[in-house]
Amino acid sequence: MVVGTGASGSMAADGVEERKQMSALIVDDNSVIQKIHKVIMTKLGFETQVVDNGKMAVDLHTSGCSFDVILMDMEMPVMNGIEATKELRAMGVETMIVGVTACSLESEKQAFKEAGLNECFVKPLNMEEAKSLVKKLNKEDN
Amino acid sequence: MERNQLHRQVALMRKSLFDQWLLQGYLDDQFIQLEELQDDANPNFVEEVVTLFYKDSSRLLVNIDQALEKKPLDFTKLDGYMHQFKGSSSSIGAKKVKAECTQFHDYCRAGNAEG
Repeated sequence: MVVGTGASGSMAADGVEERKQMSALIVDDNSVIQKIHKVIMTKLGFETQVVDNGKMAVDLHTSGCSFDVILMDMEMPVMNGIEATKELRAMGVETMIVGVTACSLESEKQAFKEAGLNECFVKPLNMEEAKSLVKKLNKEDN
Repeated sequence: MERNQLHRQVALMRKSLFDQWLLQGYLDDQFIQLEELQDDANPNFVEEVVTLFYKDSSRLLVNIDQALEKKPLDFTKLDGYMHQFKGSSSSIGAKKVKAECTQFHDYCRAGNAEG
């Protein structure tokens, strides 16, 4: 399956548009979730990076890194998902941020969404949900 | 050669154990999702995830045990550990463990309320 951003594509000699590989940042302190999300995103053609908490995600962006999508856990030590999302938005990061939480309380999911998420799912993300994100990303670039 | 055979045998045993647990309601659909993620590029995915889960759980259970020894009980800390455990359990589809975690969470909230 070819996954890529149309906007940054360029025409190769044989006329086939080259598509840049998309990147995903996985922000979660749970190693089981990290592994599952990494495999799902890699299968969908993403280059992935994994960090353990919100502060590391923010630091990456401060140092100039950018991604096509961020999978953000809600509860993490040092800096949680709500704080990290607020910081990233305040920094002007417009990347799609997808919240993933083990918490099923509507009020907490709402607070997370209000921090600046594009979407919020219950963890772990499944393949169907991940594919819907890819569809959204491809639509945004066209 | 022998090692490979042993490996294969362990894999077969694990599979029938998990199939049993699925039938008995210990594991839910999430486990099936994990099986579907296993392929040639990730041939030992399920085994790796379950191993990670066991390591994580052991560590968490030790932390919980230690926290339960403290007087007075730190419900916030206990709840934090339980939340982690719940996250891991639901990601491998350990339905009953997840339900017990939710029950524990309710006790912690009640405990905090009683002060």
